[in-house]
Amino acid sequence: MDFEAVIGLEVHAQLLTKSKIFCSCPTAFGHGDNENVCPVCTGLPGALPVLNKQVVDFAILTGLALNCKIQKHNIFARKNYFYPDLPKGYQISQYEEPICLGGKLTFLVDGNEMTVGVTRIHMEEDAGKNTHHGEFSLVNLNRSSVPLLEIVSEPDMRTPKQAGEYLRALRSVLLYLGVCDGNMDEGSLRCDANVSVRTRGAEKFGTKVELKNINSFRFVEKAIEYEIGRQIDLIEQGQKIVQETRLYDPDKNRTVGMRSKEEAHDYRYFPDPDLLPLRLSDEWIDGVRKQLPELPYEKMNRFATQFGLPRYDAQILTQSRDLAQYFETAVKRSNNPKGTSNWIMSELLRVLNDQKKEVADSPVNADQLGDLVRLIDQGQMSGKIAKGIFEDLAAGKFSNKTVEQIVKENGLVQVTDTKAIEAVIDKIIAANAGQVEQYRSGKDKLFGFFVGQVMKEMKGQGSPTVVNDLLKKKLKGE
Amino acid sequence: MSLLDQGIFEIAKKVRSGEVSAKTVATEALARAKNKNKELNAFITLTDDQALEQAEKVDRMVSQKRDPGLLAGVPVGIKDILLTKGVRTTAGSKILENFVPPYSSTVVEKLEAAGAITIGKTNLDEFAMGASNENSAFGPVKNPWDTSRVPGGSSGGSAAAVAARLVPGAIGTDTGGSIREPAAFCGLTGIKPTYGRVSRYGVVAFASSLDQVGPMTHSVQDAALMLQAISGKDPKDSTTAVQAVPDFSKALVKNVKGFKVGLPKEYFADGIEPEVRAAVDNAIAVLKSQGAEIVPLSLPLTSHGIAVYYLIAPCEASSNLARYDGVKYGHRSKDSKDLMDLYCRSRGEGFGAEPKRRIMLGTFALSSGYYDAYYKKACQVRRLLRDDFVKAFKQVDVIAAPVATGPAFKLGEKADDPLAMYLNDIFTLPPSLAGIPALSVNCGFTKSGLPIGFQLMAKHWDEEKIIQAAFTVEQNLGLAPRRPHGF
Repeated sequence: MDFEAVIGLEVHAQLLTKSKIFCSCPTAFGHGDNENVCPVCTGLPGALPVLNKQVVDFAILTGLALNCKIQKHNIFARKNYFYPDLPKGYQISQYEEPICLGGKLTFLVDGNEMTVGVTRIHMEEDAGKNTHHGEFSLVNLNRSSVPLLEIVSEPDMRTPKQAGEYLRALRSVLLYLGVCDGNMDEGSLRCDANVSVRTRGAEKFGTKVELKNINSFRFVEKAIEYEIGRQIDLIEQGQKIVQETRLYDPDKNRTVGMRSKEEAHDYRYFPDPDLLPLRLSDEWIDGVRKQLPELPYEKMNRFATQFGLPRYDAQILTQSRDLAQYFETAVKRSNNPKGTSNWIMSELLRVLNDQKKEVADSPVNADQLGDLVRLIDQGQMSGKIAKGIFEDLAAGKFSNKTVEQIVKENGLVQVTDTKAIEAVIDKIIAANAGQVEQYRSGKDKLFGFFVGQVMKEMKGQGSPTVVNDLLKKKLKGE
Repeated sequence: MSLLDQGIFEIAKKVRSGEVSAKTVATEALARAKNKNKELNAFITLTDDQALEQAEKVDRMVSQKRDPGLLAGVPVGIKDILLTKGVRTTAGSKILENFVPPYSSTVVEKLEAAGAITIGKTNLDEFAMGASNENSAFGPVKNPWDTSRVPGGSSGGSAAAVAARLVPGAIGTDTGGSIREPAAFCGLTGIKPTYGRVSRYGVVAFASSLDQVGPMTHSVQDAALMLQAISGKDPKDSTTAVQAVPDFSKALVKNVKGFKVGLPKEYFADGIEPEVRAAVDNAIAVLKSQGAEIVPLSLPLTSHGIAVYYLIAPCEASSNLARYDGVKYGHRSKDSKDLMDLYCRSRGEGFGAEPKRRIMLGTFALSSGYYDAYYKKACQVRRLLRDDFVKAFKQVDVIAAPVATGPAFKLGEKADDPLAMYLNDIFTLPPSLAGIPALSVNCGFTKSGLPIGFQLMAKHWDEEKIIQAAFTVEQNLGLAPRRPHGF
C-alpha cells in the first residue's frame, strides 16, 4: 500500500518582552533560582494578573505577518491542571477566543512554493521548571508567567521535509519581527507535531499522534520521520493507531508513549474572571501594522526581481533580516548583486560559521565586502588580493578601516602602469620560449599559464585586465 | 462610656484633635478583645505588637501636626481572608493555618494609610464559604445578641467583633451575602460595594467574579467613612474600575425626597418570618414618610439566583483553590509517597467539608461535556438577571428588600443541611450576581431581641443612593439605643 503522512505543527514561541505577561518581573535568564518572582507569578493567595500590553502588540504583529484575522474581542481562559511547576494550579491561556485566526505562511521547499494554513495564534503564560534530584525535586519559577505565543498550523504538510521548512520559515518570520529569539536549544522556540498517516488519496485523516519534546531543529524531521514509519508498520501489521501523546527520545531516535486519550487531561477551560475581556480597537491594530517590516518571503521575491538573483541566492540572503540588510548595504557599494551574493554565500557565511558569529558581529562589514567586489570589477584589484584582504579582515586585522585605507597603507595598489607590466611580460616571454611556440601554434589553453606567471612575478598586483590585454598582444607578436 | 462605644467618626475626631491617643484606644480595644474573645471566638489572631506600633505612628503624626488620615487611630478587625504582611492569614482553613504572607492586600494598605489600627484578624467560614460561620477550621463564632445563635457568615467574626464593641468597625468580604447577612444578624450596617469599586488584590479568592470587600460598622455614617478609605482603582487589580470615587459623606442626608423605591414582589413572597416582614415594612414606611415614592415591581429571575450562584461560585472556587497543593506554602501532608499522593493527602487533610463540596461541584460543572449545560448556561442566566436589574433601575433609584427570611438561627440548626444553608442566601445572591451595590442596615429587633436587617440596592456605582436611603431609615426609625447583653 502507498501511504501519505498528514502533519500539523504547534509551535510555542517565547516572546522577547522585558517583563512577564501578568506581572512586572523580568524575563531575563541567568539569574539565581526563584529570583525573578513575585506574588503574582508564584501564585500566592490573593495575587492578581495584570496584562502586559507589549505581549498583545507582539501577538498582533505576528498575526499580521502570518496573514491572520486579528480578533477584536479576546478572552483569557484558565487551563486547569495540577503540576508543581504550575503555581496557580492553572495556566492563563486563550481558548475559545484567541487573538489570531485563519492565517497562512508561504515558503520554499526544494525551490517549490508551498503555503501552509495557520489555524490560530494565542497568548499564554509559561510554566516554571522542575528539576529532579533523586529523593527530591526542586521547582524554579523564574520562567513562570514568561509570555508565549502558541502558533498552530493546519495539517497541511505531507513530508518531514515540508514540516522542517515550515518551522524554519516560521522561525525566520519571528526573528524578522523581533518577537522571539528563535533558539530551540534553549527552549525559546518549542515544537510539538501532530502526525497521522493514511493511504494516499484517502479523504479521511488517520488517527493522530502528538509528538512532544522535539527540542532541537535537527530532530524535527527525524522525529516525524520515525513516527511516520512506526505508524505505517503498525497499519501494515493490521494494528490500530492509538490516539496518544508520545515523547521523542533523540538519543535512541524513537518515540515513546506518554499518555493515551483515555487518560488525557480534562483542562476545564473557562474564562479567567480576574482579567476583563480584551478589546482591540482599529487604531491599536493599525498602529501595530505600521511596525510590520518586509517579511522574508516578500524580501526573497524582491531580491530575485530587483537584483536579478537566482531564487536560491535570494532565499539564503533573506534567511535573516541582518543578512539581507548586509547584502543590501554591500550591493550599494559594489553595484554588482550577483558578485556580492557569491562573496556572501561562499566567503562570509563560511567565516561566520567557522567563528560561530552572527551577521551583526561579522568581522568583515558590508561596506568592506562591497568595496572588494567593486574594486575587482573595476580592475583595480585581483580576486586573489581581494581574497587576501578578506581573510585578513576575517582574522581581525585592519578592523574599522575602509578597503581603500587598507590598500593604501599596505601598498596593495594594483599596477596598471602598462610600461611596468610590459617589462614583466617581455621577461616571461623570453624565459618561456617553448610555451610561446606552442601557444602560437594553436594551444590556446596556455594563455592561463602566462597570466599566472605574470601575476606571480607581480605578486598578484598586476591589473588583470591590463595584463590580459597586453599579454594577448605580445603573444601574437604585436 | 467606653471609647469603643463611640463610633469611628467620633474616635477619629478625638485622635486627630489629640484629645485621645491612638495608643490608648488600641490598648483598650486589645484588652477588650482578649477578654471577650473567649466567649465569641470572633478573632483568629490578635495583632498586639503591630497594632501598638501603628498606633504610635498615628500619635507621632498628630504631635507633628501631620494629617493622620480619615480613620486616625480607629481600631479595626480585618477578616482573615485579606492578606496582612507578616501576620498569618488563614482564610479560616487548616490548609493555610501557618501561612504568613509576604505582602499586604491593597485594602489593608489603604486602611493603614488612613490611620486605622488593625487589632486582629477575624474569624470566618473557611474560604468565605458559608452563611453561619460554622465552617471555620478555628471553630464557630457566637452571636453577641444570643450566644446560642450564629452571627451569620461568612464574615461572622467581623460582625460579632463590631456588635460586641470590640472594635467600632471591621472589614468583611461579600460573595453572595457574606457582609449583608452577618450585618443583619448582628444589627450592623454592612455595605457590599459595586463589583470593581474596591480592590481584590491580596484577598484570598473564593469566586473572583463575585468577591467584593466592604465595611461593617454600627452606623451608616461610619460605614460610609470606611468605604471612602478603601475605594478606588487599583493598578494591581484589572477588575477595579477607573470610576471616580464620590464623597460618600455627602450622601448622609436624612430624607429621600424625590427617590423612587422599588419593591420587587419576589422578595416579599411567603416564607418570610412575620417579625422580619413587619420590621422591613416599617423601614419602607419610614422611607415613604421621608419623601420616597414606592414603586411595586417584579424581578422574575430572582428564584434562579441560587442555582446560578451555586454553579458560578463553585466553578471559580474549584480553580481558585487549586493553588493550595502542598507544594509552595500551606499544609503539606507528611506521609505522601509520590506527587499524586502529596496532592490528595495535603488537600484532603487541609480542606474542610464545605470547600471540598464546592470544589467537587465546580470541577464537575466545568468538565468537558457538562460545561455548556452548567457553567455556560449559568453565565447566560446571570446576564439576564443583571439585565433585569438594569431595567428596574431605569424606573427606580433604589430597591428595598429583606436581607434574610429570618433572624439569626441557632448554632447547629442548619449545619448538617447544606441545601437549607444555601437557601438562606436567596435575597442576597441576585445583587452579587448583578455586580450592583447593596447594603444591610438594622431596622429593628424581634421580641426576643434579635436584630433584623433591611436590604437596599442601587444601580452600578450608585452607592450614594443606598447610603442616603439607609441613613434616612437609621435616623428616622427612632430605635432606642441597645447593646447585646453582657457586651
